[in-house]
Amino acid sequence: MKLNLAEQQQIVKDLLAEARHMGATAAEAAVSADESLAVTVRLGELETVEQSRDQSLGISVYMGQRKGSSSTTDFSPTAIRESVKKACTIARYTSEDPYTGLADAAMLAVDPPDLDLYHPWKISVPEATEIALTCEQAARDEDRRITNSEGATVSSQQGSFVYGNSNGFVGGYPVSRHDISCVVMASDNDSMQRDYWYDTNRLPEQLKSPESIGKQAAQRTLAKMNARKLSTCQAPVLFKANIASSLIGALMGAIRGHAQYRKSSFLLDALGQQILPEWVNIREHPMLPRGLASAPFDSEGVATRDNEFVVDGVLSSYALDSYSAKKLDMKTTGNAGGIRNLAIETGPGDLEALVREMHRGLLVTELLGQGFNPVTGDYSRGAAGIWVDNGEMQYPVEEVTIAGNMKEMFRQLLAVGNDIHTASSIHTGSWLIENMTIAGN
Amino acid sequence: MESALDIASKVLLEAPGIGNSQLQQVMAALVGSNIDTADAFFQYSRLESWILDDGIVKEGNHNIEQGVGLRAISGEKTGFSYTEDLNSSALKQAAVTARAIARSGQTGAVEIRPNETAPAMYAAHDPLTSLPDTAKIELLNRLDAEARAQDPRVRQVTASLVAAHDIVLVINNEGLLAADVRPLVRCNVQVIVEQQGRREQGSAGGGARSSLDFLLQEERALNFAREAVRQALVNLEAVETPAGPMPVVLGPGWPGILLHEAVGHGLEGDLNRKGLSAFAGRVGDQVASSLCTIVDDGTLPGRRGSLSIDDEGTPAQNTVLIENGILKGYMQDRFNGRLMGTASTGNGRRESYANLPIPRMTNTYMLPGEQEPEEIIQSVDRGLYAVNFAGGQVDITSGKFVFSLNEAYLIENGKITLPVKGATLIGNGPEVMSRVSMVGNDLQLDPGVGVCGKDGQSVPVGVGQPTLKVDEITVGGTAV
Repeated sequence: MKLNLAEQQQIVKDLLAEARHMGATAAEAAVSADESLAVTVRLGELETVEQSRDQSLGISVYMGQRKGSSSTTDFSPTAIRESVKKACTIARYTSEDPYTGLADAAMLAVDPPDLDLYHPWKISVPEATEIALTCEQAARDEDRRITNSEGATVSSQQGSFVYGNSNGFVGGYPVSRHDISCVVMASDNDSMQRDYWYDTNRLPEQLKSPESIGKQAAQRTLAKMNARKLSTCQAPVLFKANIASSLIGALMGAIRGHAQYRKSSFLLDALGQQILPEWVNIREHPMLPRGLASAPFDSEGVATRDNEFVVDGVLSSYALDSYSAKKLDMKTTGNAGGIRNLAIETGPGDLEALVREMHRGLLVTELLGQGFNPVTGDYSRGAAGIWVDNGEMQYPVEEVTIAGNMKEMFRQLLAVGNDIHTASSIHTGSWLIENMTIAGN
Repeated sequence: MESALDIASKVLLEAPGIGNSQLQQVMAALVGSNIDTADAFFQYSRLESWILDDGIVKEGNHNIEQGVGLRAISGEKTGFSYTEDLNSSALKQAAVTARAIARSGQTGAVEIRPNETAPAMYAAHDPLTSLPDTAKIELLNRLDAEARAQDPRVRQVTASLVAAHDIVLVINNEGLLAADVRPLVRCNVQVIVEQQGRREQGSAGGGARSSLDFLLQEERALNFAREAVRQALVNLEAVETPAGPMPVVLGPGWPGILLHEAVGHGLEGDLNRKGLSAFAGRVGDQVASSLCTIVDDGTLPGRRGSLSIDDEGTPAQNTVLIENGILKGYMQDRFNGRLMGTASTGNGRRESYANLPIPRMTNTYMLPGEQEPEEIIQSVDRGLYAVNFAGGQVDITSGKFVFSLNEAYLIENGKITLPVKGATLIGNGPEVMSRVSMVGNDLQLDPGVGVCGKDGQSVPVGVGQPTLKVDEITVGGTAV
């Protein structure tokens, strides 16, 4: 079964009607469908072709102030009815919650704009294979030490999504996303390393060239060869752009309404406080045309809007959905389902300038593990990168940890580079942090 | 009780109206002269979860996933397609798509025969209906009350109850027809405590391939609530963790994450076949201290990581990975086993019909040694005693791995002293395993909470170990 938008809208309407029929006082439903192709080559040969078609529907019903939800991949009329019935049954057992319910009708999107998110790639298996082969070959040609490969993958996904609720909102749109990635291994007598690179875009023609992705995968792998450990010390740490986004991710986790009302945030009640240096501004741009995380309305149908989360280093807004907003006696910021396209204002310097500015310390290019406590902000993760001295990169480093507390790390942010990593929904350059503990020998 | 194959045939074949002849047609479309291996994986799974937060049961969710994954392998090439539509024309279309990997060749025929039944590692319960809904709600409310009754410093309690019922059926080109009905339950409690403005969290949980009654027996779920509070209160007193290399004593049970990360992933067949693992080509080598014997055992009755059959229909096994420090073999699925000239070890697992099976762990643990746990702690002048971990990650190629403490204590002059804050431990798998210098007699398995991620696929796993001492590992603390 291949669903089009109109059919998906009809299923949403049917789900809502069925919920009303079963006695729900309010309901919301979503239907998504997508298809994808992924082709992987390895060592110059086609390895895997994966083709798929996915569909799922979900419904939440409200019986007064009680909520129940269910979802299924089975779209038969019986299954749809059973699904609604199951959600209604659950809603008989959950507790009365004065804060639960649909988003305020006045906040719902009206005529949501077309954000140009749908650019399907009419690509055949042989064409995708050719691109993947080019990508992997570029990696293998980069250096004699590239001795093995985990392969290169070209994948393309397109689909559509419809959300509706019993306050009269129904909206939906098609989306696409395409990826090229490559993983290679380098080895010599003393060392064996593996690394990857990738690009992702809603438009196939805007993907970086397969050659450049392969080349970068090889260069990143080679840069790790013959790495050393460091002696345990305290030193400045420079997070390369593609991993600095994880620091903004931690910040956003801490200012989510749910973390605030549950008092499980290391930035509890920090609204209006200086949490970053005063030159830092962080904004959300959910309406960015063709943006990787763009959406004209959030997962409750609320119109998205540009949010300024950090202004002059001061936390100026939490990221709220309707539920957490009511809990905190605030208004939703249109962040049900997440934060979409964040950007931090960058400084004038590129990565080299930041390396010079750091003078002596660790450039971190890779993080390992999840060692971050969102309640206390305590941070300790495995790291690999390059030791910097006299403002220049010296030698690769591995098997060390970097540790500190996120609140301190934010206060000690010295600079953000202009080397923005664009294949991410968080746009940031590299981050230079004044001081962290590096554990090694 | 009905056999797994009876249940699966009813739900996955009879209900959508797939008769024997339709099944033959689908398999005929999938296999052919250029296809070495092919299989169809039918799945119907239901999952129900309830969440208590802020003192009330806020959410309940019920999820059904059904679909069929079709795979055709020609040499080292794999074609894969899946469908969520269970009618026979959608299945045939998906079979043709999967088989397109081998561009030509004659179509084949498969004679399907039910397999000899593998011994069941768990009963074919439906855990979703194993307790009335009112009893599920009551349990969550009791967990909230129990946690809050432990200590007035408890500020927030979140408790969850999850029950899953997974019915799978595999048919392959050799005619094998095998089925499994897998129950899985889990309960978790997370608390936040506060004292003079300092907040800390603690969490505990457990589960099994069983019915929800499992959580009520021996006050298991209530003990998770007590344990979560105890852990959070310990963390309120935690001091900065020292940074740098030092001896670390790992407690029994869940700290077996060490084995999962340091050696387990490195011994999965796919990355060894491709020569990408630090352990590739090292069977017969000393890769750990002679005190270490490590197995992957999918045959422990009722354990979270256990399987009656894996997702390719192979009965689960108890596989010795490392014996007295010597590498004995890898964990294999059929595809990688065939290419490496060995049989599957029953480790072919997939998150669902929508993913290809790959070699994965089941329950990975170290066999007990001779020492009393107290002797092991007494042997350390200055180091850490680590009893609880949050999770880990490994780079298979370089062998570097991390795992993150969330409950640990200083050892000073052979005695456990102050609790320390969470920190990451980092090391190189074979190096760290060669530094295991004492192994306790107190083997424990984890309480049943493990989730392992690989290639974007999550599967439930188990770990375990006795108390053990690693002479030196780098501790990622903040105190220099």
